Amino acid sequence: MKSKNSGQREKGTKLLSVRNLHVEGFSDERWHPIVRGVDLSLNRGEVLGLIGESGAGKSTIGLAAMGYAKPGCRITQGSILFDGVDLLAMTETARRRLRGSRIAYVAQSAAASFNPAHRLLDQTVETVVAHGIASREAANRDAIKLYRRLHLPDPETIGFRYPHQVSGGQLQRAMTAMAMACRPDLIIFDEPTTALDVTTQVEVLASIRQIVEEFNTAAIYVTHDLAVVAQMADRIMVLRHGRTVEEAETRQMLAAPAEDYTRTLWAVRKLAKPEVPAADHLLTIDNITAAYAGKVKVLQDVSIKVPRGRTVAVVGESGSGKSTLARVITGLLPPVSGSISFAGHRLPRTLKERPKDILRRIQMIYQMPDNALNPRQTVEEVISRPLEFYLGLKGGACDRRVGELMHMIEMDESFLDRLPSELSGGQKQRICIARALAANPELIICDEVTSALDQIVQEEILKLLMRLQQEFGVSYIFITHDIATVRAIADEIVVMHQGKVVEQGLKTEILTPPHAPYTELLLSSVPEMDPDWLTKLLETRERKRVGAAN
Amino acid sequence: MNPVVRTVLQRLGLGLITLFIVTIIIFSAIAMLPGDFAKAMLGQSATPETVAAFQREIGIDRPPVERYFAWVGQIVQGDFGSSFASRTGYRRTVAEIIAPRLYNTMFLAVMTALIAVPLALGLGILAALYRNSWFDRVVNTVTLTTISFPEFFVAYMLAYLIISRDTFIGTEFAQSLPEWLAASINWVLNLVPKFPTLANISDRTPFWEHVWRAALPSITLTLVIVAHMMRMTRVAIINMLASPYIDMARLKGMSPMAIVLRHALPNAWAPIVTVIAFNLAYLIVGVVVVEVVFVYPGIGQLMVDAVKSRDVPVVQACALIFAATYILLNLTADIISIATNPRLLHPR
Repeated sequence: MKSKNSGQREKGTKLLSVRNLHVEGFSDERWHPIVRGVDLSLNRGEVLGLIGESGAGKSTIGLAAMGYAKPGCRITQGSILFDGVDLLAMTETARRRLRGSRIAYVAQSAAASFNPAHRLLDQTVETVVAHGIASREAANRDAIKLYRRLHLPDPETIGFRYPHQVSGGQLQRAMTAMAMACRPDLIIFDEPTTALDVTTQVEVLASIRQIVEEFNTAAIYVTHDLAVVAQMADRIMVLRHGRTVEEAETRQMLAAPAEDYTRTLWAVRKLAKPEVPAADHLLTIDNITAAYAGKVKVLQDVSIKVPRGRTVAVVGESGSGKSTLARVITGLLPPVSGSISFAGHRLPRTLKERPKDILRRIQMIYQMPDNALNPRQTVEEVISRPLEFYLGLKGGACDRRVGELMHMIEMDESFLDRLPSELSGGQKQRICIARALAANPELIICDEVTSALDQIVQEEILKLLMRLQQEFGVSYIFITHDIATVRAIADEIVVMHQGKVVEQGLKTEILTPPHAPYTELLLSSVPEMDPDWLTKLLETRERKRVGAAN
Repeated sequence: MNPVVRTVLQRLGLGLITLFIVTIIIFSAIAMLPGDFAKAMLGQSATPETVAAFQREIGIDRPPVERYFAWVGQIVQGDFGSSFASRTGYRRTVAEIIAPRLYNTMFLAVMTALIAVPLALGLGILAALYRNSWFDRVVNTVTLTTISFPEFFVAYMLAYLIISRDTFIGTEFAQSLPEWLAASINWVLNLVPKFPTLANISDRTPFWEHVWRAALPSITLTLVIVAHMMRMTRVAIINMLASPYIDMARLKGMSPMAIVLRHALPNAWAPIVTVIAFNLAYLIVGVVVVEVVFVYPGIGQLMVDAVKSRDVPVVQACALIFAATYILLNLTADIISIATNPRLLHPR
């Protein structure tokens, strides 16, 4: 893929050429356009990045490049010439012969895309054997070579494990090996690192880039993350609502995007708020240790102070214990030891022991608004429930308050009788915010509230949360794995790793060097817009490793 | 300890506890039946003294709790006791009464299972593969039809079909039809093998003769149980087909058959074996109606007769065998579910 000399690397002849592609999807009893007339072309050995928000049609285009439409979708128009042959004019059997052998696919969630019933090795060599390219023994030997090239641990034996026995980052690399098994001409990478932690992402990106470069494979790299695509692609195509917004060489696109829409895509990364030190603390967590099922310790001696009217960002990878911390504060998971004091009083350990007024003062907003809202309740029912439950409001008073809350979250009262299914992701999250606000809380715990949203919507939600904090003086505990979000919203930062607090302090203190070693690793792993970022990072790490060894 | 072994041992222990509870239920239920063996045997004209003497002889005059523990104590030692029909000098043990009947029932059950299970799996897999095609619809409709009829109706219809081979041409109905039509219907009917409509089986019946005579009951049972198993196979596979790893298999260029057999089926075993176990249990426990229609000497008929005559030891033994069958088959299904789930079989 893109290497130091990427601009000069020799590209081969034309491999893929898509003209006037139209794809439709079936929902609500009718066909809706998903892709509306997209053209793209790709040479041998070239990597094209497809970028856009959810619903832009980027994954659909990626699949169409294999002549494939998901169940419930159909390709209605256009031509897809792969190596001179139109995929759409072929028989299904002929297309099947190409898939896996000459065009391969790497899916977003490796954990879901590996069959849980078979060993990794059997799945890796399946295409080679089924397409009759090599014998099983030869294929097995080659798979082990690929595992080694992709830096998987124990390449000789890892293939004998089942998918649930290896980590997410390893699975994603095994899936890349699976795609490489037949040495295809083209690989479609569909958000291969989106589900991974940043520190894992760096390793997977480096492995993918290296092996694609080594075999000179052409690739279509689908992602919503501009900084990631900047590391991987020679050329970037921005998509919106199934149409091409613009297309340019990577460096040119990053330096001077032509369209306004493209600029908004990285707006959230530029959001930054000056920190404000706090006078006193609302919540003090003292030496909390917590465990599930009384065995595995997920939190060890965690002590955190939450300033009144400010935002504490709790940062860490999956498994660092940050969501468990939220469960302990809300009383869902009573801690094994330690204490929490809230507004000067000691909080009872369990939910049951806490009086209603304490429950009212600590509210929570979740990552997936879809799961947090009852699909059968209207917006009005969702918001009036806490008003009735905590504050005893009824009738006219309740209606007035619902109106005020809708105003606060910048939504129209015409939304009141809608169901969650009739709202967009950002609107649903706003309703969740209004529900939390309805209780007049002093502390709101936000658990990855923007992770499931598109960049532009993320920015809106973050701005809303900050405005509400200024107006009502509510404190936030903001749990996230995304450093850009932290920059945007935090006053103080707590870095967590494996159930322990690594570092905590004011935002500038944490974000400016010198860092604790783990914070250093975490911060340096966050991709930057610079197309040479990954190359430089790998060089720096290599130097350090060599330096440490000497 | 290996978690799979531990789970199996746990289930086995639970099964034993269940069996123990079942003995209490069986015993109490039978103790609550009106009348007893002595009264049923001696008839209404018997004097109270004769009845009391007979009751004493077979031991049913003792208090129920004492009788219960005596019974359980015997079972634990593998002794099902003696039938009330025993006389002095002519002891008939429950085991020797039940053994040949149980053999016949097992024979019929195994024979039916060997036909029905592969048939149901095959049809289910094909229906899933060609879902929403005419094949899928025909298979679904036909199996649904056979399961909708009461089993005795299916049994009698089959028997009638066999009889019609010889009698159709002489019926008024046949004579009212055009000659060519009656002739062709007759020709079709004569394609049906002349299965015996009465299943005369004794312990001297040779093996293949036994198979031949049990054919009609076996076909009836197959028709009754295939639908359930086939539909579960179809649905379990179709549910799996929505998984991301099936999409992945399609994108790897696998054929539809390979996708269903290699990618969907291995993950669908758990629900399928549960339904198969349930239906196999029915073959042993629920066949009494079919046995009656074809006069097949199985354990179901034996139990009904024993209830009528209040031969309590035989009834209890039959009920216990039924309960054990259920527990054992469900246990097997659980074990297969575990064995086909790599998450349980190969922990991290």
